[in-house]
Amino acid sequence: MGNEAAPLLEMRNVSKEFFGNKVLSDINFTMKKGEVIGLVGENGAGKSTLMKILFGMDVIKATGGYGGDVLIDGQKVIFNTPFDAINAGIGMVHQEFSLIPGFTATENILLNREPQKHHFLSEIFGERLNLLDRPEMSRQSEAAIKKLGVEIDPDMMINQMPVGHKQFTEIARELSKTGTRILILDEPTAVLTEHEAEALLAAIKRLSEQGIAIIFITHRLHEILTVCDQVLVMRDGLIVKDVPAGETNVAQIAKWMVGRDVKSDADESREKAAHLLKEEGKPVVMSIKRLWVDMPGETVRDVSLDVNDGEILGIGGLAGQGKLGIPNGVMGLYPAGGHVVFNGKEIKLNSPRECLDADLAFVSEDRRGVGLLLDETLEWNIAFPAMQIHSKFLKKRLGGLVKWRDDKAIANVTKKYVDMLEIKCTNTKQDAKELSGGNQQKVCLAKAFALEPKFLFVSEPTRGIDVGAKALVLQSLKKFNRESGVTVVMISSELEELRQTCDRVAIIANGVVSGILPATAPSEDFGLLMVGHKAEEASNE
Amino acid sequence: MSEDKAVAMNNGNPVMEKIRGFIKSFGWPRLIIALFLISLFIAAPIVGVNFGSSLSNTLMRFGMNSVLVLAMVPMIHSGCGLNFGLPLGIIAGLLGATLSIESGFTGVPSFLMAMLYATPFAVLLGYGYGVLLNKVKGGEMMIATYVGFSSVSFMCLMWLLLPYKSPTMVWGFEGKGLRTTISVDGFYKGVLSDFLKIDIGHLSIPTGMILFFAILAFVMWAFLHTKTGTAMTAVGSNPTFAKAGGINVDKIRILSVVMSTWLGAIGILVYEQAFGFIQLYMSPFNMALPAVSAILIGGASVNKASIPNVIIGTFLFQGIVTMTPSVMNSIIHTDMSEVIRIIVSNGMILYALTRKTEATR
Repeated sequence: MGNEAAPLLEMRNVSKEFFGNKVLSDINFTMKKGEVIGLVGENGAGKSTLMKILFGMDVIKATGGYGGDVLIDGQKVIFNTPFDAINAGIGMVHQEFSLIPGFTATENILLNREPQKHHFLSEIFGERLNLLDRPEMSRQSEAAIKKLGVEIDPDMMINQMPVGHKQFTEIARELSKTGTRILILDEPTAVLTEHEAEALLAAIKRLSEQGIAIIFITHRLHEILTVCDQVLVMRDGLIVKDVPAGETNVAQIAKWMVGRDVKSDADESREKAAHLLKEEGKPVVMSIKRLWVDMPGETVRDVSLDVNDGEILGIGGLAGQGKLGIPNGVMGLYPAGGHVVFNGKEIKLNSPRECLDADLAFVSEDRRGVGLLLDETLEWNIAFPAMQIHSKFLKKRLGGLVKWRDDKAIANVTKKYVDMLEIKCTNTKQDAKELSGGNQQKVCLAKAFALEPKFLFVSEPTRGIDVGAKALVLQSLKKFNRESGVTVVMISSELEELRQTCDRVAIIANGVVSGILPATAPSEDFGLLMVGHKAEEASNE
Repeated sequence: MSEDKAVAMNNGNPVMEKIRGFIKSFGWPRLIIALFLISLFIAAPIVGVNFGSSLSNTLMRFGMNSVLVLAMVPMIHSGCGLNFGLPLGIIAGLLGATLSIESGFTGVPSFLMAMLYATPFAVLLGYGYGVLLNKVKGGEMMIATYVGFSSVSFMCLMWLLLPYKSPTMVWGFEGKGLRTTISVDGFYKGVLSDFLKIDIGHLSIPTGMILFFAILAFVMWAFLHTKTGTAMTAVGSNPTFAKAGGINVDKIRILSVVMSTWLGAIGILVYEQAFGFIQLYMSPFNMALPAVSAILIGGASVNKASIPNVIIGTFLFQGIVTMTPSVMNSIIHTDMSEVIRIIVSNGMILYALTRKTEATR
């Protein structure tokens, strides 16, 4: 607290262009020793770019550097490589784990910085023959873990650890580097369970007490309010708000982030209750009986489920319990067995084509792997299934012998959905890989909408996308359901989202349906179902 | 005055932008090779090589090889990678050629019959090859290379054992077994390359042959614009996406392999009618790599290829391979053309393979 005059980190008028496209402009903020700054913003708001500048990532230099100054301890610094940044005391924990699975926590924490022992061979042949000083290594890694204040077994292999411990190992690695003063955490809680996230937040607080300044990037706004001193809200490459965390609340931050009002929960539930009344007594449109699906990590054992016509049914549950297996199995992407009856007709399993012909559609949770043609244009992505299944967007040539692709019709339909879903793109001929996660998700939805299905499976539609896009995606799903009368089954890990969007929510635990409740049921009941209590037990308790 | 200049500079900027955009889309490697080729054409008259005849040679070789390069396109589109198994298609073509001569056709009908005979072989072999490639997804190019190797070796036996009788083709002293080189003179030599041929001094343009390629290239272009063609591209771009879109991925891949194999068969017939000889035994071996290189130099990647890639690539590759030896020869006044040709063509292949790029995953 002593040298108030020179803040630990200061950014002055920092700006960045990618090929003439301005992604950051006029970024100014300062950061004191031990301060925790929460950085929030929609995907594409410029958070990652800002952090890349701070961490000296190659991509910044390769695309022409940045404008403005970065100052550490009042001194102007220029980081050409991440090594420069590390030497200046900046540590970064990335969203994806960079750990070696077959190594222990200790080995990962001290990788390439191991304390070494000299012996006679290394005296002759040089340092490369030094031995590792194992006792010193465990001492150092234990010190780093202790500094973090969590319980991890330093001798446990990374591949045997739960996700949360992997995250802690990464942070411990940054802490074990001498002189780490600024720690950047890029969405560290995205993959954690609630309990693990709490432990991480506690660790952040402890680190800040030890004088380490932390930049904390997350989409979970309440976490920001719990641990941060200051909140920076970014939108379209600008810092739109810089306020102390104590003076704001989640709703306000969300509003600043998206630049528009997010509908309050109360309205939602009223609207939903009304809809639910209407839907009661509707006939069953899809009946799933004794379904099993062999999907690695998401095994479905014995699911029987009825879906009513015109409703939005939510399927929730903890990760790995089999909720994702249901749509993937029904749509034929993974080996499955059992019976699925849709509109009175039996659907053949293990055949994607049959499902699509029966007017079912599926938006996969695996956007990049299943959902998109990354190397092709938006037009192709959106029109492709409709073209192949329903022979839309085709012109007949040579008396019907040749089915010619109608590029004009494809461009038109793409434009329609780009406008409808507010997909941000330079034009409809842009490659899908160039879009941000949220916009890619919208393209996946547009693809399903273009099929004009009678029944839509949507799997994890909001995974990894920001609040604004999330609201839009959920709204357009609801709109699609209400206006076109399409039955929607939505699978999501976020219970709140399901309760806001769906009419009924089924919870899957251990590969079976543990219960179905109306969305208006209290969340404790859902919680009990998630851990495997059957519905009757839940209501008894 | 200075203001005028400034305005001119400002006006020049968009032009520069356009040029930069063009270079980016055309690609530096292609531009450098093209400049090198142009410099060879400029150097040719200076060292005493006739410009007209060198251009004729280049056009001739372009026509001879272009269909073989076109044979790469379907498999690249369906994600089966570069067709290193092209010798399989060539073998189908050779079977067609020899059967046509055996049945005694001459002139244009002999060429048509060769195509006709080659087709069932290409379809059958291509189908088997496609089924095999479907079993080794991810390792197609390695397997394809060995399919090429083993089929060539197997056919080395068969050329000796098959009961061909035509005296133009069998070994003279024993009366059985095909010769390594068979002249197509009197059968279909020049049916395409001499058709509508234009001669202006030293320059001759094999119009018929280029026209034949143009027709095949147009059909390929049109196919890629149909429903099935679109599905093929999608399969190559992301097979899981295609599967989720209700496409039978394996079927589309087999179709692409059959198309590639058939084009390989037709390609070798076009090559032979211009070259004047059928080459049997080990020669199909040496046909795959130049074709692969040409399409890579033309700007194709492992998952993407277009007709312009084929045209530009074949012209650049064959241009360099034709021009370098003759120009170099005249400069150093020794007959080293064969050595230089081997160095240049293998150098180009090596360079092209380093340019291989793959899809985003």
